[in-house]
Amino acid sequence: MTTAIEINCTTGELTERELTAAESAQREADAKAAADQKTADDKAAADKAAKRLAVYAKLGLTADEIAALAD
Amino acid sequence: MANTYTLIASSTVGLLGAASIDFTSIPSTYTDLLLKVSARDSTAASRGAFSIRFNGSSAFNYSMKELRDVDGTASSTGVTGQSEIDGGRTVGTTATASTFGNVEIYVPNYAGSTAKSASIDNVLENNSTTYYSNLTAGLWSLTNAITQVTLTCTGSFVQYSTAYLYGIKNS
Repeated sequence: MTTAIEINCTTGELTERELTAAESAQREADAKAAADQKTADDKAAADKAAKRLAVYAKLGLTADEIAALAD
Repeated sequence: MANTYTLIASSTVGLLGAASIDFTSIPSTYTDLLLKVSARDSTAASRGAFSIRFNGSSAFNYSMKELRDVDGTASSTGVTGQSEIDGGRTVGTTATASTFGNVEIYVPNYAGSTAKSASIDNVLENNSTTYYSNLTAGLWSLTNAITQVTLTCTGSFVQYSTAYLYGIKNS
């Protein structure tokens, strides 16, 4: 069971209830959007790292020199 | 400058966890809102996303600028047309046991009739070489007074996660 905590700030009443169908659907949409964004971010980071390594290779840097630049 | 802090409401997540923490019927009698959150996420990763919505709206009216440090690598981003404000990250289940992520969200003039901004700072406790910190300037472009704040994460908030909502007056 997936629950939501709801606090009514006027009455102070705290309710723990199951998610509504709309909330469950939104939760699934959010999860998909987050996964898609992570995939895009990971690809962007990998592309950037690959470009950086290509530049290092052109410069003929040693592994120690590359590590020093990364610090 | 704010000079009063009043606890409006708080919640501590119980054993079953919670997919969301929802502060509803927020009175309009304060100047600003401040949320302090300590959270851990049930997601099976070192980190999980942490998000904020106002008035239950998931329409694409949120935008933000973020500056973050992920395991020592700094980056920044700016996005518009989002369905929520990215509040940073929470600690996931593969992070150090019993550690939590901290988030502070400041919402000035929440009951006014202009677009609503939110200043967010977020740091993950982890006691290891993986860490995360984040500063966010968020904007909700609708002009409604904020009466509801909903907090969500990737999985569910686990037991002992807490959220405190404060009302702040400038007089």
